Amino acid sequence: MATASATNGPKRRWGATVAGVVILLVMLFPLYWMINTALQPESGLLDVSPVPHSLDLSGFSSAISEQGAHLLTSLAVALGAVVICLAVAAPAAYGLAQFRLPGTKSIVFGTLITQMVPGIVIANALYSAYVDLGLVNSYFGLMLADASLGIPFAIVLMRSFMVAIPKEVIEAAEVDGAGKLRTFVQVVLPMSRNSLITAGLFSFLYAWSDFMFALTLNTTDDVKPVTLGIYQYIGAHVGDWGSVMAASVLSAIPAAVLLVLAQKYIAAGITGGSVK
Amino acid sequence: MSTTTASAAPATRPAPATPVKKRDTRRRRRLSQWGFIAPAVVFMLLFFGYPLVRNVVMSFQDFSPSTFFDGKSPFNGTDNWSKVFHDDLFGKALWHTIVFTIGSLIGQFGIGLALAVFFTKRFPLNGFLRSLILLPWLVPMVVSGIVWRRILDQDTGVLNSFLDTLGLGGHTPWLTSPGMALFSVIMVNIWIGIPFNMVILYGGLQEIPKELYEAASLDGASAWRTFRSITLPLLKPVITVVLVLGFMSTVKILDLILALTDGGPADSTQTLGTLTYQNSFVQLDFGAGAVVGNILILISAVFAVFYLRANRSEGK
Repeated sequence: MATASATNGPKRRWGATVAGVVILLVMLFPLYWMINTALQPESGLLDVSPVPHSLDLSGFSSAISEQGAHLLTSLAVALGAVVICLAVAAPAAYGLAQFRLPGTKSIVFGTLITQMVPGIVIANALYSAYVDLGLVNSYFGLMLADASLGIPFAIVLMRSFMVAIPKEVIEAAEVDGAGKLRTFVQVVLPMSRNSLITAGLFSFLYAWSDFMFALTLNTTDDVKPVTLGIYQYIGAHVGDWGSVMAASVLSAIPAAVLLVLAQKYIAAGITGGSVK
Repeated sequence: MSTTTASAAPATRPAPATPVKKRDTRRRRRLSQWGFIAPAVVFMLLFFGYPLVRNVVMSFQDFSPSTFFDGKSPFNGTDNWSKVFHDDLFGKALWHTIVFTIGSLIGQFGIGLALAVFFTKRFPLNGFLRSLILLPWLVPMVVSGIVWRRILDQDTGVLNSFLDTLGLGGHTPWLTSPGMALFSVIMVNIWIGIPFNMVILYGGLQEIPKELYEAASLDGASAWRTFRSITLPLLKPVITVVLVLGFMSTVKILDLILALTDGGPADSTQTLGTLTYQNSFVQLDFGAGAVVGNILILISAVFAVFYLRANRSEGK
């Protein structure tokens, strides 16, 4: 294939670029429309013009005043979920990759299985347990539930990475007198940096995007992430699409930022966690 | 030197001393090793194992709105099950789930594969464009649903005004007519799923040795023939994984449907996922919700078997 494109010369290759741009425009149109609608709030129920005439930021200011707190809630919950997720998954991934213990195979197997349990089924049972434990409407309860979205994935991803750490490196650290824990913290974790970043990134995205646990495990407005906030927003502000779209833009920003900053980790996560 | 002291020791103390100590340190070693894995096992038992068991138990219990005040949920035999099976809505939801899942998979996979093949060409900006296409997949699903709800609005949505300018009608009730809503929801889910399918299939295509294509072109094989005889067979393991993962994530979708239609109009987009939610969290009949949830698990379990088989055969 390489030879084919070389003989066809640069003209043909730029043709493919044009086609690629067209594909991208079609795929990203809804996101463009989200930004466009957010910038012309007053045209709420009328036709929206294809490009904003003037930059009207009133949609954004009302979105920030009404959804700003929920954005912060999302951030706090997602960061908490990442911490829990990595704290639980990283040692397990290391243990499953490097120790010869009976039963580790079935644990890896179980990890694969958990990724197939429908979330609403978990929420169904979790709700009554949360009521009994007093975890309903709590930050910690939601962080724990959101961490469950990332943990199996993080274990599978980091394990496939840590399997490749040479036994000699770990043995050398232990010969030098480091305990299991110190070896893990000072040798294994730094060596697995990339897989930690990828796993952390994905558990952040999972928790940030979570709607279902936010919807089912909260009965009051105490803990309301932005996904739930926007969902309830359209119920109450059917006409005010400008503000709803502005809030949507704000909630999509982490995804866009992460994509720009961490492209290679995202690609690695999508392929690594699922195929291996 | 050390051998002399070591051999001297057993003389004063009887032999078992060292083996016991050895077994002891081995056990301690094992224990400290389990310390790494145990938290994850406990977490997964609590957040996946417990709900699975609890849902089965709940499906034989009577939950009512008052349960959460007085804590009473007496066992009621198979009442929940027969209630769910006798409800017309269950059959509808099951059918919608099948149509939604199959429709989404065909669209996501077909377009995803076409784009993956397209991006194997070398051209300027390839990597840049390829990574930007991921964006729809990274945006929270409920947000995508809300954006599309705006786009598909019958009177003020941009899709209808676009079709109107082209002279192709322009008053399609995408989300408000029972006949169209399921189709529209599938369309949006296809849009969401394309990036994921594309990335994994693209990765699979990269693994296929280039020499095979060179040989095929020397033999004068047509593009279609090459695709059918080289690309598809070699891509098969990746295709299986993509389809099974796509199935697992589509069959249980809740966010998107709630954001687009809330299961309506006239229950035309109600699926097993939304029905579980409606039963439990709207009508507070957790017993009926658990029944539908268990059926959802059963369907997923069948596909889990496929997935594990695919995983195993790939490992060989």
